[in-house]
Amino acid sequence: MASPRIALEKVRKVYGRHVALDDVSVDVRPGEFLTLLGPSGSGKTTLLMAIAGFVRPEAGLIRIGDADVTRLPVNKRDIGIVFQNYALFPHMSVLSNVEYPLLLRRLPRAEARERAQAALARTQLEGYDARDIAALSGGQRQRVALARAVVFEPRVLLMDEPLSALDKNLREQMQFEIRKLQQDLAITTVYVTHDQREALTMSDRIAVMNAGRIEQLDAPQPIYQCPTSRFVADFMGESNILPAAFLEPLGSALPLDGTLVIRAENLSLEREAADGDGVAITGRVTAHAFRGETWHLRLEVEGERQLLLSIPSGKSFDPADIQIGQQLTAYAAARHIHRLDGGPEP
Amino acid sequence: MTAMTATVNAAGLRRDAAAERRFFLSLSLPSLAVVGIGAILPLFWILQQSLTTARGDFTVVNYTALLTNGLTWRSLLVTLELSGGTLVCCLLLGIPLAFLLASTSPRTASRLMVLVLLPLWTSILVRTYGWLVLLRRDGLINDLLVGSGLVSEPVPLVYNFTGTLIGMVHYMLPIFVLPTYAAMRDIDGNVIRAAASMGASLWHCFRTVILPLAFGGIVSGSVIVFVYTLGFFITPAILGGGRISPIAIRIDRTLSTLQDWGGAAALGILLLLIVAILGVTTLGATRLIRSKPGAD
Amino acid sequence: MLDAYPESRLARALLWSFGSLVLAFLILPTLIVVPISFSGSDMLEFPPRSFSLRWYSSFFGSADWMAALRTSLVLAGLTAVVSVPAAFLACIAIDRQGGRLARAIYAFAVIPSVVPGILLAIGLFFVLARLRLLGTLGGVLLGHAVLAIPVAVIVLYPAVRRFDWVQLQAARSLGAGWGRAIVGIMLPQMVLSLVSAALMAFLSSLDEAVISIFVSSGANTTLPKLMFISLRDQIDPTIAAISTLWTGLIVAVVLLFAARQRA
Repeated sequence: MASPRIALEKVRKVYGRHVALDDVSVDVRPGEFLTLLGPSGSGKTTLLMAIAGFVRPEAGLIRIGDADVTRLPVNKRDIGIVFQNYALFPHMSVLSNVEYPLLLRRLPRAEARERAQAALARTQLEGYDARDIAALSGGQRQRVALARAVVFEPRVLLMDEPLSALDKNLREQMQFEIRKLQQDLAITTVYVTHDQREALTMSDRIAVMNAGRIEQLDAPQPIYQCPTSRFVADFMGESNILPAAFLEPLGSALPLDGTLVIRAENLSLEREAADGDGVAITGRVTAHAFRGETWHLRLEVEGERQLLLSIPSGKSFDPADIQIGQQLTAYAAARHIHRLDGGPEP
Repeated sequence: MTAMTATVNAAGLRRDAAAERRFFLSLSLPSLAVVGIGAILPLFWILQQSLTTARGDFTVVNYTALLTNGLTWRSLLVTLELSGGTLVCCLLLGIPLAFLLASTSPRTASRLMVLVLLPLWTSILVRTYGWLVLLRRDGLINDLLVGSGLVSEPVPLVYNFTGTLIGMVHYMLPIFVLPTYAAMRDIDGNVIRAAASMGASLWHCFRTVILPLAFGGIVSGSVIVFVYTLGFFITPAILGGGRISPIAIRIDRTLSTLQDWGGAAALGILLLLIVAILGVTTLGATRLIRSKPGAD
Repeated sequence: MLDAYPESRLARALLWSFGSLVLAFLILPTLIVVPISFSGSDMLEFPPRSFSLRWYSSFFGSADWMAALRTSLVLAGLTAVVSVPAAFLACIAIDRQGGRLARAIYAFAVIPSVVPGILLAIGLFFVLARLRLLGTLGGVLLGHAVLAIPVAVIVLYPAVRRFDWVQLQAARSLGAGWGRAIVGIMLPQMVLSLVSAALMAFLSSLDEAVISIFVSSGANTTLPKLMFISLRDQIDPTIAAISTLWTGLIVAVVLLFAARQRA
């Protein structure tokens, strides 16, 4: 049975005077991996918990497949959930944790055991059946939680910042494992994170959330390259948001207007980078710092704007040449300049 | 469609939320029912009895009789003397004991703690009996006193105020020590090291750092001691030997010898009022003192 | 705590000697009854001049004492059985409700612990008389449950509050209803708190005297009531035997708990 779509219509949740979900509508396609990305307090977890059934919205419609589940109790929704701190049952063994949903569904003991073991094998946990939860590492717990969430073949899968407790290397490895499992099962998945790199790596589509609304919903590349709002531009990596007046068009460049976005890594100190149709921005150096793979440079433009440059280290750039207070010109190609629609002048 | 979806499911979701709330609230019903029937209802009945005549008419005569009776005031005085005395003794004995427990290693502390918990968990009647044996005219204490030549003849230690006070202090001391010890144990050792490094003597440090930081625990201990002892019955009934009559004893006597339900009920309400007033004022005063910055 | 004052030996010595005296004061009355319970004479002498087990046989051989012991044990067991589940459910209600109403429920449930026992006793005496439950086991049980519920609530509430509610959410997402989630996931993790609460409820009932004095009678007279009556009338070393048994029981429980905590 193919995994169904999830459709939300005007889902609203209010805590006192704080609007956690402001009439959110979103469609998660069958089999899709959709990430809810946003800062804390943006409503991403509330939205996930509303789909799960732990948060009861004030109004709205939540559909899984064709069925309205808005008022269905959690235990009847048939959703696999991976919780932030895994929520494994510490008084049960690894196998008992994974068998739990199967035994609740009155599967015969032997079959439950067989399926639980298969799920554990899928998450590379063969031979861990009898272990205590307390004896597992963070990554192993993560895998048990995953196995438990999919073992009963739920219709959809929800994950709430499942990797936030792991260290960086393990996190990156788990990102690929989770993505692979999701694709193998072809299960519709909603994933919550505040880590943009994680969102970009894993998702089919990303919904960037802010103040209880979805700011932008698109595939990772467009989200990163063509933010449609100041918030998204600001939130995704290091961007410079400037009025056109600060930029000096070079060569055949068209006259610019409105508010423009240039990513920090798309600025260069070499004129060739502008490709003959780009822009130049001149400013005074206020700070520079080495960050490993990049050099970080901060320019003050016309005494008020900060311009951020991220220059790959190891390139023809020697920080010894640069002094605080020195005048520098940065260049960007036309294809890297993106115009923000609407939005007030900064 | 769009006009409809603005509030779609809203009414149903509200009903679900209310139902869930009711479900969880209903879990408290068994406890509330037991306490309601077994404690609140009896208290209301006492209040009603204190305000009605034997024929069921409203009256305040029980209270006027009570307040014009010198015995009531004597009882009240004895009650306050016993509670106050118990509190003072608990402070004098309990604070050093709590400090000792807090300043030793956790291992030693947990061993000494057994000695504090043992009496706490022992029946009040067992403990009262033990005191009776110890404090009698020919009991162990008097034997020691006379034997050592400190006194020429046995001192009356029981069936009087002294015996009652000793029994009450013994009953309340563990209960007082527990919160005081907990508060002292939670003091950050670095705070004391800091005080020492700045030149505070141990006594000065105890007075200006440890006591103020343990204040919360000492106050909760004190409130418990006061509130409990105001209504003590068993200890004065046995160790007082009929010569000491705090309010609780007078209530019993009013009932058993005079069969005066109205009078006993009025005494009961008086006792309840004193407990409530003293409890609320001490708690309020503490909150006031603690909310003032710089107060100790 | 005193490591900042390594040189104050005198203060330490004073503290220890005073503390030891206070501990002796605390422990003495429970210890003194032990030798007396084995005394061979009718007199309360210390140290006893002869030893015997006559006071133990006078306790175990007396129909009245045995009936009282049985009543008290049954009553204490029933009190734990009634009050711990009720208190546990109330704690869940308080934890889930939150806010003012929750504080009100909590306050209501622990009221009996601050009301003087004598008031509960005479009030209950009348209410039970009205309900025709005076002198019955059920009547005393009501009185003891009223005192045990605050104890159980105070022991259980912090444990319920500490419990990771997400575990129940997880269980529910896996298909468990509220009842199964609470019984299968929450209860097993709270065994220690529940056992402590049950033990405290049991002891509070076993030790309760004031309510029993007023509302228990006849075949349902409790052990503390009988002890109270006999203490008021004469100092019989039988009580020393009972006290020794009681203290032994408490020591066993304390040691059991200490061992359990070390494990």
